[in-house]
Amino acid sequence: MLQLYLPIAELSVSLPLILLMGAAVGVLSGIFGVGGGFLMTPLLIFVGIPPAIAVGTQANQLVAASVSGVLAHWRRRNVDFTLGLVMLTGSALGTVIGVWLFSLLKRLGQIDLVISLSYVLFLGVIGGLMLIEATRALRRRYRPSARPPRRHHHSWLHHLPFRMRFPRSGLYMSALLPLGIGFLGGVLVAIMGIGGGFFLVPAMIYLIGMPAKLVPGTSLFQIIFSTAIATLLHATVNHTVDFALALLLLLGGVFGAQWGTRIAGHLSPEIGRLSLAILVLAVGLVLLIQLVLPPADPFSLTLVER
Amino acid sequence: MRTPVLGLIALILTALGSLGQRAAAQPLIADLSDHVIAIEADFTGDEVVLFGAIGQPGDVVVTVAGPDRSILVRRQEPVGGIWMNREAIRFDDVPSFYAAAASAELASLGPPVMRERHRLGVASLALRPADPAVDPETAAAFRAALVRQMQKDGLYGQRPGVVQFLGSSLFRTTIAFPSTLPTGAYTIAVYLIADGAVVAAQTTPLLVSKSGFMNELFLFSRRHAVAYGIACVVIAVLAGWLSSLVFRRA
Repeated sequence: MLQLYLPIAELSVSLPLILLMGAAVGVLSGIFGVGGGFLMTPLLIFVGIPPAIAVGTQANQLVAASVSGVLAHWRRRNVDFTLGLVMLTGSALGTVIGVWLFSLLKRLGQIDLVISLSYVLFLGVIGGLMLIEATRALRRRYRPSARPPRRHHHSWLHHLPFRMRFPRSGLYMSALLPLGIGFLGGVLVAIMGIGGGFFLVPAMIYLIGMPAKLVPGTSLFQIIFSTAIATLLHATVNHTVDFALALLLLLGGVFGAQWGTRIAGHLSPEIGRLSLAILVLAVGLVLLIQLVLPPADPFSLTLVER
Repeated sequence: MRTPVLGLIALILTALGSLGQRAAAQPLIADLSDHVIAIEADFTGDEVVLFGAIGQPGDVVVTVAGPDRSILVRRQEPVGGIWMNREAIRFDDVPSFYAAAASAELASLGPPVMRERHRLGVASLALRPADPAVDPETAAAFRAALVRQMQKDGLYGQRPGVVQFLGSSLFRTTIAFPSTLPTGAYTIAVYLIADGAVVAAQTTPLLVSKSGFMNELFLFSRRHAVAYGIACVVIAVLAGWLSSLVFRRA
């Protein structure tokens, strides 16, 4: 088996296995249009990469994935830069606070637990909501008489102060709403090593109410910056970015995503969303079981830096 | 360690030549087939051969200790149905790697005091909590966990290796190192033991260091962390742009 010694993680991994993981997650991200970080981070931890390094490295890999993704949407003019800029202001702040929180939790020895708990919480809630939405959409398809859902409704969130105009999305709302969503997205990038697409996309559709075709491009545009900031901070503060590993994941992921995009063309969007919901819930469930089951050995070791 | 057998034969021949006359005068002489382990991109572990000669009858014990580290041992306990880290005990001066090999059963070679003084065997390592106030029962449980985890990671030997005698005075043993080997200065100690006491001892250094491109990358990431972070981001942006370009054409 071809092995490669990872310089930052300080262990040797199987080269084909890492490439394969990158490709597999890439295929899924191509099919569902998500970054796939929520699958990759648990997978990396599962093959023995320390959680902190999995998160830092994953942020680096996502920079490339989101640049590649945003360019495709940009060519079709599907990016709302004004809204994206407001969101990324929030996410920059969230990332900085998230990385600080990350190193604090690492010192306290609770980072692995918090990573797992955040996954269970977010995957559970988002997966559940997606499942409900997708089954409703499927039912509507077979009962065309049913009322189509209202696309855009104003909630109290839109009427918060600092209202501004977003012409590309045709919205007039408080800047605090995208700022807040961006902030939470930034925290997720820093702590969970995910782009946060699976949280941002539903939030942008249901909370902000922006046109669906602008959502992926705008969220990816914003993710480029939050993942870039997270990479920079994890590399300088926590020393947890393994560039060799990131490059391998990238290589596998790029090819996988192209494949996935082709498969996505043959898949109905409702079935796609339903499968994604089930996948998200399954990953969350596996992580929950690991937290609840008594561990094989309750003890663990941490090197104290002197 | 590309040709261990040939290297060993050559070394033993030279050893025989020079040791032959001196062995009678010196009770113990030993050396390693290699004093440096270089961790490169394709590193998956390594083996080093130790050989030597004794000038008087007895048993030989070889110990390998990596650089000392401080290690925090944490214990998970269920809190509200979820297992989380609660109690943590710090151990200072913990060898980051430890292995022993002997020509006889370690326990039969001498009293525990002697074995502890020379750190002969994992059980004889002086691993004590940094905080002396920890009660002995808890300390023992955490110490056992520390050893167990280090053994699981391949950093502490599960059981002592074997020192083989070739004839009455020449001996050799092979020391295996895993891919997770910590870097730093190692100390290899060789003891000649007779009648429950150490008659002679010799230490020889072994340096474990990363080398090649992976080492450059590691050093760069530590010495110029900001530049490393920026480089990671810039290369990722370029890679993303490049891949979108390539697949747009295709």
